[in-house]
Amino acid sequence: MNTIQTKVGEPVSDELALVQAAKNGDVSAFEELVRRYDRNVFRIAQHITQNREDAEDVVQDAFLKAYGNLGQFQGQSKFYTWLVRIAVNEALMRLRRRRPERMVSLDEDVKTEEDSMPREVADWSPNPEQQYSQAELRDILGKTIQGLPPSFRTVFVLRYVEGVYTEETAEALGLSIPAVKSRLLRARLQLRERLNRYFKKRQAGDGQP
Amino acid sequence: MTCSEFLKELTDYLDDSLDERTRVELEDHLAWCHDCFVVCDTTKKTIEIYRDSQLYELPDDLRTRLRTAIVEKCHAKKAGPQKA
Repeated sequence: MNTIQTKVGEPVSDELALVQAAKNGDVSAFEELVRRYDRNVFRIAQHITQNREDAEDVVQDAFLKAYGNLGQFQGQSKFYTWLVRIAVNEALMRLRRRRPERMVSLDEDVKTEEDSMPREVADWSPNPEQQYSQAELRDILGKTIQGLPPSFRTVFVLRYVEGVYTEETAEALGLSIPAVKSRLLRARLQLRERLNRYFKKRQAGDGQP
Repeated sequence: MTCSEFLKELTDYLDDSLDERTRVELEDHLAWCHDCFVVCDTTKKTIEIYRDSQLYELPDDLRTRLRTAIVEKCHAKKAGPQKA
């Protein structure tokens, strides 16, 4: 079977050299780290905040915070994992500011039987995404993931969109591995069920969604 | 293997991190249980569609603007008063 590929695959030794140079005051070395990870941080931030301006602010603030605290990076984890942790915290902080009425926490993991078992088992067309234009598809995917609790969409984007390994996702979010897996299960089930209405095979006589 | 046991193992199956014995049991279950086959297949598609969607890509002009701002602020921090 195909395994989940990672989008972040730079050599770690090379990266540690860049981090060391940046610690010694080489801003161009830090700029290289920004080039490597700015797209990832932006995607993560926008998935969590669901707000473009907030995502832009998160990119700036996360990198500046990382730069200001490079001395505390000990190299026990990958630089990217450390950076993701900073970025997720910045993103959640902004989400809380925009939605003070709602509790926003990574600890959010409301367990019910309904959301850990599929409710509707519907087969999809072979290439369901091809039924829609790129713009329509992005709109569908954006709306769908927006409906998930922040903790679910955070683990989903880290693990499956950014390709961060489960152990590193747990480390970056300060969660246990079982907690990450539990959120991944629910996130996947919820997304899949919400996408059913767009992607499921049409029976004769079905209307459009 | 029951359907709920299958679901519990699905994350590790998708990660290709199951031991050989569990993987064989799971694939045996998939061979005869249509519902779990559909759940597994559409779950894989869900992940692939999101991964390939280029949702929330950082546009080049914004990318340059953000990086320039970050680098300028890093230089300013470096030039600022050093902590003892």
